Order: sequence, then C-alpha cells, then structure tokens
Amino acid sequence: MKINFEHNQSAHCENGVVSNLLNYNGLQVSEPMVFGIASGVFFIYIPFVKVNFAPMFSFRPVPGFIFSRVSKRLGFKIKRHKFKSKEKAQQVLDAELSKNNPVGLQVGVYNLTYFPDEYRFHFNAHNLVVYGKDGDNYLISDPVMQDVTTLSAKELEKVRFAKGPFAPNGHIYYPTELPNQIDLKKAITKGIKQAYRHMLAPVPVVGYRGIRYVAKRIRKWPDKIGVKKTNHYLGQLVRMQEEIGTGGGGFRFIFAAFLQEASVIMENPRLAELSEEMTAIGDQWRDFAIDASRLYKNRSRETDAYNKIADKLDAIGLAEKAFFLDLKKAIK
Amino acid sequence: MKKEEVPQDESSLSKANIKEVVYAVDKDGKYGKALSSGWEAKTIALNESLDLIEEQLQETIQKIKEGELSPIAFYMESQRMDVVVLSGYVGIWQWRVKRHLKAKIFKKLGEKTLKKYAEAFEISLEELKNPKI
Repeated sequence: MKINFEHNQSAHCENGVVSNLLNYNGLQVSEPMVFGIASGVFFIYIPFVKVNFAPMFSFRPVPGFIFSRVSKRLGFKIKRHKFKSKEKAQQVLDAELSKNNPVGLQVGVYNLTYFPDEYRFHFNAHNLVVYGKDGDNYLISDPVMQDVTTLSAKELEKVRFAKGPFAPNGHIYYPTELPNQIDLKKAITKGIKQAYRHMLAPVPVVGYRGIRYVAKRIRKWPDKIGVKKTNHYLGQLVRMQEEIGTGGGGFRFIFAAFLQEASVIMENPRLAELSEEMTAIGDQWRDFAIDASRLYKNRSRETDAYNKIADKLDAIGLAEKAFFLDLKKAIK
Repeated sequence: MKKEEVPQDESSLSKANIKEVVYAVDKDGKYGKALSSGWEAKTIALNESLDLIEEQLQETIQKIKEGELSPIAFYMESQRMDVVVLSGYVGIWQWRVKRHLKAKIFKKLGEKTLKKYAEAFEISLEELKNPKI
C-alpha cells in the first residue's frame, strides 16, 4: 500500500512535515511560509539547562509549536494521538494508512538507521511522515533527507518509543477539517507580530537581549570557567545555529525567504527590503561561526580573541534589535 | 547567503551521501533551496563535541578500572545516554539509576534489575557484568 505522497526535502523537519502534509491535503504552503506564519525566528539562552555539558541555546521555538501555531492561524485542526501500548500505536498507524491518510510521527533520532553515526543523539523531537507500507516495511518521508526511505516495523516502533526528554510515546498527528479558503494575509500578519514581540521581549535571555547577554558572558567565560569550557560552550552555540535543520545562520535565511514571499502576498515592498536585511544578518551569524570555530581549532589563549568574538555577537544583537523594530513599523 | 557561496565541504553527511537543504539567494536576489554537502565551521564544532564525549568516556573507563564506577556508566556513556535518558529506558527512577552507577552498589544488584539494564543496552548479562574495556 502506497499513498501518492509528494516528498519535498526541507531544511527543518517540523516545517517540512507540516508543509508536505498540507500540500498533500491540497493546501500549497512553502516551508518558509510555514516557518514565518508560525513565528519560527527566535533566540533564547537557558544557562541552567545543560545539554551535553553546555548551556542551552535555541534559535527556534519549542518543538510542536510550529504545527500548532500554523493550524491556529490558517484555521485547520490537528488530530493527535499518544500511546502507552506499542501494539495500539501500530494499529492506529495502519488504520490511518489504509484510509489513504499520510501521517506525521514524532520520533527519536538515536535509532534512525539511515542517519550517519555522528548525528545519532538522544534527541526526541524529530518529525517524519509515513506514507505507506510494503510488507513489513513502512514507507518513510523524512523531510531532511533527499529521498524517501523505509523502516521495518520493529525499527519504527523503536524510534516512536524512544525514551528521555520529549519522549514521543508513539505520537502521531495529521491535519483534519481543512478550510476551503484561507486568509494568508491575516496569518502572515499574526506570524510577523509574534516574531517581533518575542525578539524584542523585555526578558534578558530572550530575543536580541538574549544575544547581547550571551556576548557579555563570552567576555567573562575565559576567566571564570577556563578556555576549554568556553570553547565547548561556543561550539554548542555554533552547532545549535548551523546544524542540519536550521537552513543556515540560525534559521535567519529561512525567515528572510519568508519575508520575500510575504512581500508579494501582502503587496508590501518594505518586506522585500527587510528580507535583504535579514539575509545580511544571517551572513553575520555565519561569520561569527567561522570565527568561533577558528578559536577552538587554534586553542587561542589570548582573552582579546574572546572580546573580539563577543563584539561580533553584540553587533548581531544590535542589528536584530534594529531589524525587528523596523519590521514592527513595516507591518502596521 | 548567495547560492554560489553555499559551502560544499566534506562532512559526516557527505560521507553518508547526504546533502542538506539551506536557503540562499540567486543572482536576481530571489530565495530558494540549495543543497550543501557540509561546512567546515560546523564540522569543527561537531567534532569538538564528539571529542569531549570520547574524553569523558575514557575517564569513566579509568574509574571503572579503579573500582569506583560500575559497567552501567560505561554502557550509558558509550550509547550517548545520560541518567535521564537511561532512566526512561530501564523504567527505574533517576536517583536509583545514579546509585547503580557506583561499583559497590552494582555488585549487590539482583538478576532482575541487571536484566533491565542489559535489555536497554541490547547486550547480554555477561557483557553487562564484564564489559570489554
């Protein structure tokens, strides 16, 4: 059994699943459009939550938010199931497939057999689509992969019932009740409004303030926690910013692509200009990543090097502040 | 980022024949998807993190040989788990898992508990008791 489902590779798994599922259901929405409507652009620094011995930095909202925000703003409903029983989880999946309904699944990355070893971490908020079954094999459309692939029933069960933070518990979801007409303009406005509200939020560790706060910490880290740990923290920041799924530059390029698309729909040329500005900011982030990687490659011990990189990050924070203030004006 | 600037460096992804999508602008400034085989800057960041995991594992192996930590610590770390993740897989409270990482406590564990760990790590009881380290 195979559903006629179109696989489109995307930068980020959640955007990709949402976009591909909506396309299947007759609603053509691109990945950047999904990302922008869901206010995907973000920054947060959480010093007290340690991931892999380093504080948490995130350039995106909590997993799951993208789909729920898009559904709210475009006016469709999502059906979600979670399971205690593995048998039940498979039964529901099979039942949906037999109704010709491709479904999204939340899975753990560690046991995904088609991922290279270096990428196998216990990260449980990955998303993919199942669009059919061939004997004992499920047909898988993983949005970050170029092509479709398969997983055996046993392999799929393992990733659906991965354990640890964000444990998926067999989480399966699909859109229902799609409206005949959607108000894209309204959805875009809402997405942009929430994006600048979050990026300009009066919270020290969120948005542009969060970026500047991290810059300040970088100046202190070498003395406070030592060069080795500082480099590890910077490595973590670069990985969160550039790793597979971000589309590059901490999601900033996807957001710029969204603004370009939105500019046409909204008939607002200012958004196209702002798209170019966001591209420049994305390039600044890339520049920062290069400098950071040089730092821990050369194991530089001069504190001045850390001040220089902190200057760069601070400049990004200020650029994002100016950008989101302009965006606020542009959407009024 | 311009399309012609999209990095095509060697990476663990390119070794597995995978390319990832990034967003970049073409000559006319129009956005679209582009494929990247990898980027040196982030490969360095990833390797730095993997080196740290390996370093940590070597320290743990040393501590097991010195009789301080139990083999559970070795299997946990070599499968990139931490106490929170392992606790989920074995269905044992985190504070108990933490205790089981100590060699002294590990020696007193019953067959039933050991079996849970062996299953979570997908190894035999024999391998759990005598890790090849």
